[in-house]
Amino acid sequence: MAKWPKPPEGSWTEHYGLGTEPISYEDSISPEFYELEREAIFKRAWLNVGRVEQLPRKGSYFTKELVIAKTSVVIVRGADDEIRAFYNVCRHRGNKLVWRDFPREETSGVSRQFVCKYHGWRYDLDGACSFVQQEQEFFDLDKGDYGLVPVHCDVWAGFIFVNLAEKPEQNLIDFLGPDVTKLENYPFETQTERWFYRAEVGANWKLYMDAFQEFYHAPMLHAKQTPPDLSNSMQQAGFEAPAYTISGPHRLVSTAGVHPWTLPDNMLKPMERILRSGLFGPWDKPDLDYDQKAAGINPAGCDPWGLDSWQIFPNFTILVWGQGWYLTYHYWPTSHNTHIFEGTLYFVPPKTPRERVAQEIAAVSFKEYGLQDANTLEATQTMLESRVVKRFPLNDQEVLCRHLHQVAGEWVDEYKKSRETVEV
Amino acid sequence: MAEAMLPGEFSDLEPFATTWCLASEAERFAQRLVVPMDQMQAFYDAITARYEDAMAYCDKFAVDDMPEDATNLMHMLYSMVMVSFPVECWGQGAVPDTGAAYLDLLVEPGP
Repeated sequence: MAKWPKPPEGSWTEHYGLGTEPISYEDSISPEFYELEREAIFKRAWLNVGRVEQLPRKGSYFTKELVIAKTSVVIVRGADDEIRAFYNVCRHRGNKLVWRDFPREETSGVSRQFVCKYHGWRYDLDGACSFVQQEQEFFDLDKGDYGLVPVHCDVWAGFIFVNLAEKPEQNLIDFLGPDVTKLENYPFETQTERWFYRAEVGANWKLYMDAFQEFYHAPMLHAKQTPPDLSNSMQQAGFEAPAYTISGPHRLVSTAGVHPWTLPDNMLKPMERILRSGLFGPWDKPDLDYDQKAAGINPAGCDPWGLDSWQIFPNFTILVWGQGWYLTYHYWPTSHNTHIFEGTLYFVPPKTPRERVAQEIAAVSFKEYGLQDANTLEATQTMLESRVVKRFPLNDQEVLCRHLHQVAGEWVDEYKKSRETVEV
Repeated sequence: MAEAMLPGEFSDLEPFATTWCLASEAERFAQRLVVPMDQMQAFYDAITARYEDAMAYCDKFAVDDMPEDATNLMHMLYSMVMVSFPVECWGQGAVPDTGAAYLDLLVEPGP
């Protein structure tokens, strides 16, 4: 007996017309497919690189290494408060412009201008070349022709996106579409207490997205994180989401919640009872004052409601918790079987030390779960690469995994077709 | 005896201070991987028994303006959270089945 009503077609998968047959994971183990994703996806889609709070002042900047696009960008708040992005390369002899100690590592800071470490060329925050060392030695050089190369950059709901295409096919708002953009009514800007986690994971980027876009795994993989009485009842109940939304290349899973304070002691970690907080966040949630409906949040109207997790194509997740905080995930491919995973947690700044300690257990729990998820991925990647098994059945609670792989395939096919047209 | 790290009324927790008053998550996580389980259990028992007192003491200050000894006490409370997983769930320092994985915390809030 289903806990939640399914669409009239009988399943979410059929409702969204995604097919029900077992799927191939060739797109996650093939170096050739990875090469295609470079141009077809990561140089065409809008990519989130951070939030405006990371650029608090005029001259605040950070760099982002985009390994799959074989480039690095620098994002900076200008003297006019405008946020801009540039390829992180000096126009003189191609040196990486902004870096510290290790050329391949990301950096951040505040600066009035950028100075190349190599020959001292200088650039204003708006990208204009402002100084050339021994300019008179050059031949007909006009500094006006040697500004930093701009990258398309736009901000939505405080999230900074870049697009590496010469001319993006869609603007950012059209790319995000009508469902994702409702989220701008959610008060991201008040949640500025930030935890930033990072790891290199030995698996294709899409496999980690899959791990966090289905919760079918949660009662099993994470069973020992909760007392036996709770894990047993969770395993018996299984997992069902009350709502899945597919919106263009993006997708949402929404879950029902629990009020942990109503659970008996044998269903809680003792530390959760002590701190009145846990993986789902502090039990005493901050008053965020927003309209769920306007923000498109909790589409099934659950009470209690657990979380909404938007998977924004290609590699970005915004997960809003019912307990009044949110997190983001980024999956930055570095090869067909490795990627950099970033998890960032955002809370309302604590008003008291007690609130701060309550946030700590949410953050520590997040890492305990994340480590289990990440390690499993490496185990999956290695065996997918054996190609012993080539087709894998996905159930209706894995509908979003099916969608991601389908969309990735479509973007690659579209790109291949457009290239054939050009060659003909 | 070395100078006390914690406020005077928490002298009973002082024996745990050098091991567990650690300012960063990286240090606390590394510590939980090397301290034997019986010692983590002893720390867990001691600090949970004094949790309410410790929290009430820290709550006298603003989050962004805490004296050093109260900050040390906060760090000890973060360590209490850290050891709760080995003590309450795993029976060992490391998260089981996570041998190849790591997750570095590069930015964390104070105090």
